[in-house]
Amino acid sequence: MTKKLIIEHLNAWFGSVQALKDINLNIEENSVTAVIGPSGCGKTTFVRCLNRIHEVVDNARISGKVLLDGEDIYASTSDPVLVRRRIGMVFQKPNPFPTMSIFDNVAAGIRLNGIKKKNEIADAVERSIKMAALWDEVKDKLYKSATALSGGQQQRLCIARTIAVEPEVILMDEPASALDPISTAHIEELMQQIKDKYTIVIVTHNMQQAARVSDYTGFFLLGELIEFSKTPDMFTNPGDKRTEDYITGRFG
Amino acid sequence: MKRRISDRLLKLISISFASIILILIIGIVYELIDGSMLSINRFGWRFLVTSTWDPVKNVFGAMPFIFGTMVSSIIALIIALPISMGIAIFLSELAPQKIRPSVSLMIEMLAAIPSIIYGLWGLFVMAPFLQIHVEPLLGKYLWFLPLFKGAPLGIGMLAGGLILSIMIIPTIASITRDILNTVPTLYKEAGLALGMTRWEVMSKIVFPHARSGVIGAIILGFGRALGETMAITMVIGNAPMISASLFSPSYTLASVIANEFSEAVSQLYISSLIELALLLFIISMIFNALARLLVRREKVLQ
Amino acid sequence: MKSLRYFKRRTINNTIFFLSYASAVIGVAILLLILLYTVIKGASAINLDFFIKLPRPTGVPGGGIANALVGTFMVVGIASAIAIPVGVMAGIYLSEFGNNKFAPFIRYLADVLNSIPSIVTGVVAYVFVVLPMHRFSALAGGVALSIMMIPIITRTSEELIRMVPDTIREAALALGTPQWKVIIFIVLRTAAAGIATGVMLAVARVGGETAPLLFTAFNNSFMSVRPDQPISTMTVLIYNYASSPYADWNAMAWGAAFVLIVIVLIANIVSKIFTKTKYAL
Repeated sequence: MTKKLIIEHLNAWFGSVQALKDINLNIEENSVTAVIGPSGCGKTTFVRCLNRIHEVVDNARISGKVLLDGEDIYASTSDPVLVRRRIGMVFQKPNPFPTMSIFDNVAAGIRLNGIKKKNEIADAVERSIKMAALWDEVKDKLYKSATALSGGQQQRLCIARTIAVEPEVILMDEPASALDPISTAHIEELMQQIKDKYTIVIVTHNMQQAARVSDYTGFFLLGELIEFSKTPDMFTNPGDKRTEDYITGRFG
Repeated sequence: MKRRISDRLLKLISISFASIILILIIGIVYELIDGSMLSINRFGWRFLVTSTWDPVKNVFGAMPFIFGTMVSSIIALIIALPISMGIAIFLSELAPQKIRPSVSLMIEMLAAIPSIIYGLWGLFVMAPFLQIHVEPLLGKYLWFLPLFKGAPLGIGMLAGGLILSIMIIPTIASITRDILNTVPTLYKEAGLALGMTRWEVMSKIVFPHARSGVIGAIILGFGRALGETMAITMVIGNAPMISASLFSPSYTLASVIANEFSEAVSQLYISSLIELALLLFIISMIFNALARLLVRREKVLQ
Repeated sequence: MKSLRYFKRRTINNTIFFLSYASAVIGVAILLLILLYTVIKGASAINLDFFIKLPRPTGVPGGGIANALVGTFMVVGIASAIAIPVGVMAGIYLSEFGNNKFAPFIRYLADVLNSIPSIVTGVVAYVFVVLPMHRFSALAGGVALSIMMIPIITRTSEELIRMVPDTIREAALALGTPQWKVIIFIVLRTAAAGIATGVMLAVARVGGETAPLLFTAFNNSFMSVRPDQPISTMTVLIYNYASSPYADWNAMAWGAAFVLIVIVLIANIVSKIFTKTKYAL
């Protein structure tokens, strides 16, 4: 196993409020890493730091290092745009581009990255939608508006859109929190199918979900990483009292 | 944060275009002052209080136009105010949900009708109606008031004020409606629960709550009346006189510019007209700034 | 005596509310009266010739306002060509890069520009364009109208671009898209339908303006499509014909007013329908 991401002494702030405190952890390649913790614990901020989306918010800043294949994405020579091409993100609420068709949504990233050949784009779109397990549902209405899809379909569309630009890491920020159980199952299944190609980091407030889908789990509390270990270990034998309290439902 | 050159370029381009607005304002103020210099140097402050406007003798004074502008706008406000308030109350409180959107739309349409069409209608429909039906009655029964002395001509100060009032009703009514709508239902229900009538709730709770915004809306309407040109030019009679009678013709700052600017020949004549434009600009600025300040406090509208 | 007091309060309440209803009736009645007169007096002046022929001298039957239609189209086109890029780019600046002290100042100045009386705009365009060119021109008229359009389009664009949710921006950024592409190809595109509606309203508003054109575009009895020549417009034509003592010219003014009001009302109603449906993001 190789370490895809190495996070060292990561701190993050919104204005004067510190959201993350000295986070250190490694993320293995081709694995699913779950990030759990109660609301406001900094888990969303954490994944947003991994592809430099955190910094687009006003007054937000960070310190520390995030090494992607050994190179610091926050180095002064690093370009956030190139970082984000390698580290894609799926957001909490499905956010398809509202004025674009299903096809154009998936093609958007490819086109914005400068690829113009029509058949190349069409191939990538079909491949991505298939990989996101959405093809059968949308193949007859590729040119309809993306907003006409159901929430679960929209979220899988957003995954397809993310996959289409061929990132190496996919960050998922509570991707199923706005969805019904069936759509959630779809997305969990999907993660299992694609993890041999990608490295996945998923934020979730749902511990069963973390236990089902992930290989590693990190538990965050009040901006600190309390515990990080293999998922089965975390859930059967937590090393910290606070982790145990949380996963047994005693708070949060 | 490192930014790409292309990102900086877009920022640079957009800031340049935004700066055009700044340059435009500077240009406008500069040209208006520069163009007025000849007249300012010649007449000084007397320009504001001189009531002679004589292109032949090259003597120019703004007094009749300031008078005409102010008085016509005040008449407009006196007429428009109760009606606008009535419409606003209707639209925010009384109208059944079914007809509310369509009445709202119609009032807003009133604001969309071009000024020239108000002028056309005022000249050919409203003025003759005033001349035949309204002014003789006013003259007959209210003859003792200096306001209603003189021959009923139709066109004149009364027609001017009336057409302006129609044009500012939608402005005042729609903004007031929006402001009344921002008053939380909670407060209204609290009043009703105390046994107040709905009017008492309006007058004692809703209006005091929305006061500064409503005053802002009224000032905005007044400001609009001051700067209005075509409609009033077509019905006010265009004679630079100061008369107490509402039947007599008058002249506004905007109207005299509209009528005489393209015919003005002497430098001093043009300069005096530009000074009138400068005056109108300053007056509008003052009233609009005041109105925006008050309306924005209610966070309804820019 | 409690019941008497209550009676009084009830009566005041009912009287005020009756007056409120009456005001609404007055407002609607005025609109209908103006529309009715314009339709009745205008429709009779309208036939095919009205749209394709040039004006004739008074007393000569027939003739039309083809030159004024083309002229209004030209002047508004010139104004749009200036104001749309300026307004949309300024809107982008205010909403996307406006996190500084300069932006509120620009926003304030846009409001100032918007509150300048239209006749003053005419004077300004006269000084800016007519004096240096030594002649009235379609260009001068276009500049005058663009000064009115710029603040409207700026503020509408700003509002609509601001309404595009940040999640959309982040989705595009997360695909590894540079900020300028996010703004132009995603944010602007998302707001485009709304901005187009705003532009249409601005066009309808300035297309109905007369005062700024009186001594900029001026007037022309002939067909002209040259931007450096005086040009006839619908509104100035209405003004000139309405002020004339000839009944046949007055009728032409009503006809032109009818065409104008139809265009303006359609633009407004279409935009109202649009605004209702477009924010279902």
